[in-house]
Amino acid sequence: MSEDKRKNDIAEGQDDGTTKESRRDFLKKLGVAAAATTVAPVATAKAASISEHLQTHFEMMSDSQKEKAIARLEERYTEQFGKQVTVAGTPAPEGVLFGYALNISKCIGCRRCVEACVRENNQSRGDHEYPNSAIQWIRVLEMVRGNDTFQVENLHKGSPSSSAIGDYGVQAGGHADKAVGISGHAEHYYEPELVPEENAFYFPVQCHQCEDPPCVRACPVRATYRDPNGIVVIDYNWCIGCRMCQLACPYWARRFNWGEPVLPNEDMNPKTHYLGNRPRMRGVMEKCTFCLQRVRDGRYPACLEACPVGARKFGNLLDPESEIRKVLATKKVFRFKEDFATEPKFFYYMD
Amino acid sequence: MTTTTQPASAFQKPIAFARDFCMYTVKGGKVFYSWMLFLSFFAIVGLVTTYIQMTTGLIVTGATDQIVWELFVASFIHCPSIASAAVLVVTPAYIYKRKDMKQLAVIGEAIAMVFVIIGLNFIFFHMGRPDRFWHAIPVLGIFNFPSSVLTYDIIVLNVYLVLNAVAVFYYLYKHYVGQPLNTKFYTPLIWFAVAWGPFIHIITAFILSSNAQIAVWHTALMPFSFLAMAAAAGPALVIVTLLVIRKFTKLEVADSAIDFFSQVIIWGVGVLILMFAVEFFTELYPATHHAAPLEYAINGHNGLNPYGPWFWSIMTIFVVQFILLCIKKVRKSYNFLLPLICVSVFLSVLIEKPAVLIFPAFSPTALGEYAVYHPTLIEIFNVLFVWATGFILLTLVLKGVVGVLTGEVRDSQVVEEGGAK
Repeated sequence: MSEDKRKNDIAEGQDDGTTKESRRDFLKKLGVAAAATTVAPVATAKAASISEHLQTHFEMMSDSQKEKAIARLEERYTEQFGKQVTVAGTPAPEGVLFGYALNISKCIGCRRCVEACVRENNQSRGDHEYPNSAIQWIRVLEMVRGNDTFQVENLHKGSPSSSAIGDYGVQAGGHADKAVGISGHAEHYYEPELVPEENAFYFPVQCHQCEDPPCVRACPVRATYRDPNGIVVIDYNWCIGCRMCQLACPYWARRFNWGEPVLPNEDMNPKTHYLGNRPRMRGVMEKCTFCLQRVRDGRYPACLEACPVGARKFGNLLDPESEIRKVLATKKVFRFKEDFATEPKFFYYMD
Repeated sequence: MTTTTQPASAFQKPIAFARDFCMYTVKGGKVFYSWMLFLSFFAIVGLVTTYIQMTTGLIVTGATDQIVWELFVASFIHCPSIASAAVLVVTPAYIYKRKDMKQLAVIGEAIAMVFVIIGLNFIFFHMGRPDRFWHAIPVLGIFNFPSSVLTYDIIVLNVYLVLNAVAVFYYLYKHYVGQPLNTKFYTPLIWFAVAWGPFIHIITAFILSSNAQIAVWHTALMPFSFLAMAAAAGPALVIVTLLVIRKFTKLEVADSAIDFFSQVIIWGVGVLILMFAVEFFTELYPATHHAAPLEYAINGHNGLNPYGPWFWSIMTIFVVQFILLCIKKVRKSYNFLLPLICVSVFLSVLIEKPAVLIFPAFSPTALGEYAVYHPTLIEIFNVLFVWATGFILLTLVLKGVVGVLTGEVRDSQVVEEGGAK
């Protein structure tokens, strides 16, 4: 696809220029320049009740205990955010294994998926005092196309610089001056005026929902576990905040609530799920759940719906007729960091 | 004493022991009170900073999603190294039957006990939700055993704590009432504790090396280097403790005991240097991306070099310490050079943890970022809080131990009868 065509793709993806502006503002708000959010009223977190403190792991609860736990949360959230909040306990559908595929030849790095994800999943927006407390589950890597670091002047440089057999730089035992440089340099803090940037391609990373997840193995209390649909979920009320899972993850998919999450009332998405996007508390881990609150109801994840170029595909890996299975069968597919053998259900592909 | 004069209550003697022990530990001279006052300063300031952290969250520390371990874990990892002291004192005393060590064994066990407690305190500060610690207690919560490495560490540390606490207080109590030890109980207990000792290093090392994601930790050498560090840092603290005890109390400590521990430190530091060398060779000769964190620690990355100076100074200090300890005159300088080097061994193994082992290991992150760790004042004061309270406990326990060993803390009946021993 030519650069011009790619630029057109963004234009098609937007209604007008203003959406783009607002997107960038939004991202700014999420990240570095978080000062602006201080004007928004932020509810002080209401203290959890004693019974919430003493409740057991979600999967260990009886149905009536689940109902009570959910009712407690709904009451607390409704009061805290000043609007009717629902916490669903929808069980996992039968005979489904969720999979995701992302077309890296289409992705333009606009980060609308990031914005949609943050809005849908009630991530902490960060505040003036602690901008670090802003959380994003999707990080988009901007990578340089090919290898543009080739430097002719470095071609014959290296150490030892000369020897009996000649002076050609690269020699065994010596060190070339990296005339060819490096490929695969990635950057996920890029802030250009327009995307896609010339000579760049984009590589979004989020939780890969591994079939053999090292994070689940590492958790000392089984607060994080693989659900029947293959999604790795977290019981936020059971997590002890030891962060062993964060160390174990090779995809940098897990985020910790280092402080009290900052979620302004008007930004709060009131339709939540217990294991999905309900507001988190200080000191617990969180991560992408493929929008569990949506996909358990048969809807698409928010990032997929937000993608302006259709780079994201989602579906049931057990259904041979699903779109995701067709992608896996017909495209050039690979998985990120396959050497870790975690068997992700998040695939990348090219046209 | 005959059976007819048995106290009415079975608890009378243990209560008297506890009372006499505690009363003795809090009384002391000027040096004792100034030392305790010095530690109390950090304990009191630490109360405030602890409150701030517990109410605001770990965001008041320097930890980020890039570098997820703070100074608390870095300090925690040092504690098992010191807790090895028990093994290295008990082994010569009871397995090699060295006479000069017999009385000192209980001192080693007391140091081990206190340092496991300090380590567990650091873990408490490390947890994002310390209020939910009961989730990790078997039966009450869910214990992800045998899958999670952390559960093994919870087991080995707590068992080691109990073994040493029982061994210490059983020995002291028997000494207090003037009865001989029941060797059928005591000998298997301390042998088991000696066998258990290495587990605390090996499992703590596994907490690091089990993370394939963090390349520089993903090496089978990790448990062995932890054992070597234990052999260096544990005896270092034991020597300083023994020299202090010898100077300020009536308890006699033979030169031969001190000499034995300085020999152990030579071996510990020597083997550690060798392990560093083979690890650096294995990583740096092929120089694949697996070596990236190590290269960052040594020389930085693209001009960002926050850990290089630490790396080179700590490595130099290890070598200098090794050379100095090889000199007999230095090892015999009980009042100046030896304690100085022991303090230096203790501190270099302590500082090596954050500055070389932990903080640089997180870069590059899973997505290729290079990061620098900036500890905050609150975090530093919380670390000092744990150390200060730990050393207060250590001082009190050791003071009581010495009191019992020298016979100053004794059951009154035993004293009247002129002492059973």
